Amino acid sequence: MNKIVSKEQLSADIYKLVIEAPLIAEAHKPGQFIILQLGGDFNERIPLTIADADEERGTITLIIQAVGESTKAVVALNVGQSIENLLGPLGQPTKLGKFGKVVCVGGGIGVAPMYPIAKALHELGNEVKMILGARNKDLFVMKEEMASVVDELIIVTDDGSEGRKALVTVPLKELCEEWKPDLVVTIGPPIMMKFCALTTLPYGVHTIASLNTIMIDGTGMCGGCRVSIGDETKFVCVDGPEFDAHKVDWNNMLSRLGTYKPQEEENKHKCRMGLNTEDTEAK
Amino acid sequence: MHVSREELDNQAIEILKKYEGVKLTPKTRGEIPVQEMPTQAPMVRITNMNEVAEGYTENQVKAEALRCLQCKNEPCIQGCPVGINIPKFIAEAAKGEYSAANSVIKESSLLPSICGRVCPQESQCQKFCTVGKIKKDVNQAVAIGRIERFVADYSRENDCDVQPTIKAETGKKVAIIGSGPASVAAAADLRKEGHSVVMFEALHKAGGVLVYGIPEFRLPKKLVQHEINNLIAMGVELNLNYLVGKTRTIEKLMTTDGFDAVFVGAGAGLPKFMNIPGENLIGVFSANEFLTRSNLMKAYDQKDSLTPLWNCERAAIFGGGNVAMDAARTAKRLGAKEVTVIYRRSEEELPARKEEFEHAKEEGINFLLLHQPHEIIGNDKSHVTSVKVVTCELGEPDASGRRSPVEIPGTEQILAFDTVVVSIGNSSNPLIKQTTEGIETNKRGNFIVNEETLETTLPGVYAGGDIVLGAATVILAMGQGRKAAKAINKYLTK
Ligand SMILES: Cc1cc2nc3c(=O)[nH]c(=O)nc-3n(C[C@H](O)[C@H](O)[C@H](O)COP(=O)(O)OP(=O)(O)OC[C@H]3O[C@@H](n4cnc5c(N)ncnc54)[C@H](O)[C@@H]3O)c2cc1C
Ligand code: FES
Repeated sequence: MNKIVSKEQLSADIYKLVIEAPLIAEAHKPGQFIILQLGGDFNERIPLTIADADEERGTITLIIQAVGESTKAVVALNVGQSIENLLGPLGQPTKLGKFGKVVCVGGGIGVAPMYPIAKALHELGNEVKMILGARNKDLFVMKEEMASVVDELIIVTDDGSEGRKALVTVPLKELCEEWKPDLVVTIGPPIMMKFCALTTLPYGVHTIASLNTIMIDGTGMCGGCRVSIGDETKFVCVDGPEFDAHKVDWNNMLSRLGTYKPQEEENKHKCRMGLNTEDTEAK
Repeated sequence: MHVSREELDNQAIEILKKYEGVKLTPKTRGEIPVQEMPTQAPMVRITNMNEVAEGYTENQVKAEALRCLQCKNEPCIQGCPVGINIPKFIAEAAKGEYSAANSVIKESSLLPSICGRVCPQESQCQKFCTVGKIKKDVNQAVAIGRIERFVADYSRENDCDVQPTIKAETGKKVAIIGSGPASVAAAADLRKEGHSVVMFEALHKAGGVLVYGIPEFRLPKKLVQHEINNLIAMGVELNLNYLVGKTRTIEKLMTTDGFDAVFVGAGAGLPKFMNIPGENLIGVFSANEFLTRSNLMKAYDQKDSLTPLWNCERAAIFGGGNVAMDAARTAKRLGAKEVTVIYRRSEEELPARKEEFEHAKEEGINFLLLHQPHEIIGNDKSHVTSVKVVTCELGEPDASGRRSPVEIPGTEQILAFDTVVVSIGNSSNPLIKQTTEGIETNKRGNFIVNEETLETTLPGVYAGGDIVLGAATVILAMGQGRKAAKAINKYLTK
């Protein structure tokens, strides 16, 4: 069970793992995630978005950024080895439909979970433009796959090493003004999603963000993943992960993500639960 | 004063000597003092996660068993939710026939080593005990639970536990959802009838609240694992990391995977919050999160665990039940200098088991009774810095029969804390209901079942434990698991 069938290094610390998980592959819908845990006892439970699934082969694809000890242990596994504990698919699927013009904004490793969503939106007849952002050209993942499922790919980097030298919010603002999208979907570092939400707000474009909070169980049992949405508290693992980006209390979410910062700095060998939360990718 | 296990054992030896060969009358039996449970000394135990209650010595069991009057009308049995033949097992224990005593319990209960530790005996069997009645003090009743624990531990440790016999295979398949006490009981009873039983658990370890909620110092996890191993040895198939409703729906289990019946023991795993300002600040946790990090993820073992823990110095625990006691005592062991339980009623209404309350007090936990939290206050970094509370007095009894707290205007005060653990209980996990057409729930989210059979509103699907009762107890969950198993067996063989 949960055997790794292929492993590929995409960049310095980003890996692509294809894992045998027939039930998850069968049940999975775009926007959902899994939680994995190694060894049963001392390792963290790590939430990761499902980047792709092949129902026929019974596999799912995960893109993992090895930022702490827990994620490093996952990418250290070799083809043929198994992940002891793999739970999913979790969370609500993306609400797909025909919206018209859609902009997808993916930052850093957030491109991976965006892939199945963009693909599905495109297949449903939406016109999809994708803004991909990273610090530099070496940090893009799944660029080719992405290009093949959208109508236009807009690349930006912080250092100008590929595409425009800009933050993702620059082309996003331009599109809001000139192209007038009906929907914006954003996945990436929380700070980037926050600024995407602020960018689209004045244009009244419905904007969805996929939140990556701290999680433990992923089944709605602990409430550790809770966020403030409007004046309600929601559990990201069961009510989300996608929410109306204009209603998310970003400052609260960002500060909650830093809950274990002091401990992490104290114990350098430990890492925070969850991926995509590292500010290194923040733009 | 803390008395050591050796000393308590010596006292028991003296008692046994004194009454050796003496014909015991109810009066002399009544003179024997209740045997105290040996415990780790409070100042030692708050530095480790080991079990607090060390268990009776054999001499203590014999001495305690002598206190039982063997009443003809057996009042204690009516207090036991599963009707264990208590006088009979105590009589066996008095003779030193521990394995026989254990077999008597096993006729009615499947998990005596667990229930002997976590049952609220003072409000069940021991509440009805004649000895306690005569002494007008439930704490003077025969210590039924402690004897139960001893005989169950003895049987496990000496490999003389009852071996279940499994009937010929029936070819019928039953899915069990969850692996808490309700599910463990249902799985065992259905497997004994020869059905093929597959258990599905969402987490990466089986046992439900027994592994993720109740701390090691109250219920060693190896005991829970022992019961799970027993199920596997009986031929129950265990599928961990399987969230029914998400990984597969109940409908698919029944139509595609060929399950003839389903038992839902999904528990009450939805943490309640107070809905007061500041609850999403950093340093505020649900008891489930706090306890799961420490127990399931083993974060108390800071050396080996990769799951981080919040450093708490001054912790406020909201609530007054077992969950609150567990959170408070866990916080203490994780190094909090000061831990305060804030509860809105008085000590008398405190829903926690008496023993847990006493243990918590011995461990230096503060109790701020008759106070209601109004707001959690944070600093510019969104970290908890204090809690605003208001004083209450007790008014008229409410629907539950307990006197309800009434806030006294103008009594607000702000108390400094860096951690808040909201421990006001759990409501039913809504996932199965949301993903299964035909299952109906009441307004609290508890599954509606036929009282006799525990069948839900969806034919062939049964439910028991906290998902039906709301957050209840281990013994009630186990009892419902058995009751449903009986009905499922009937349904499958008709
Ligand atoms: C901290 C705490 C302390 C307590 N202390 C005591 C005590 O001292 N004495 C006492 O008698 N009672 C105590 N209780 C209550 C007692 O633990 C519960 O009443 C009992 O465990 C309920 O058993 P259950 O089998 O119904 O469910 P649970 O033990 O809750 O188990 C349910 C299991 O189902 C799993 N599950 C849920 N949904 C799904 C799904 N869709 N698919 C697969 N699996 C699923 C969950 O992960 C969980 O493992 C305490 C509870 C808590 C939280
Ligand atoms: S991760 Fe525990 S409730 Fe969402």
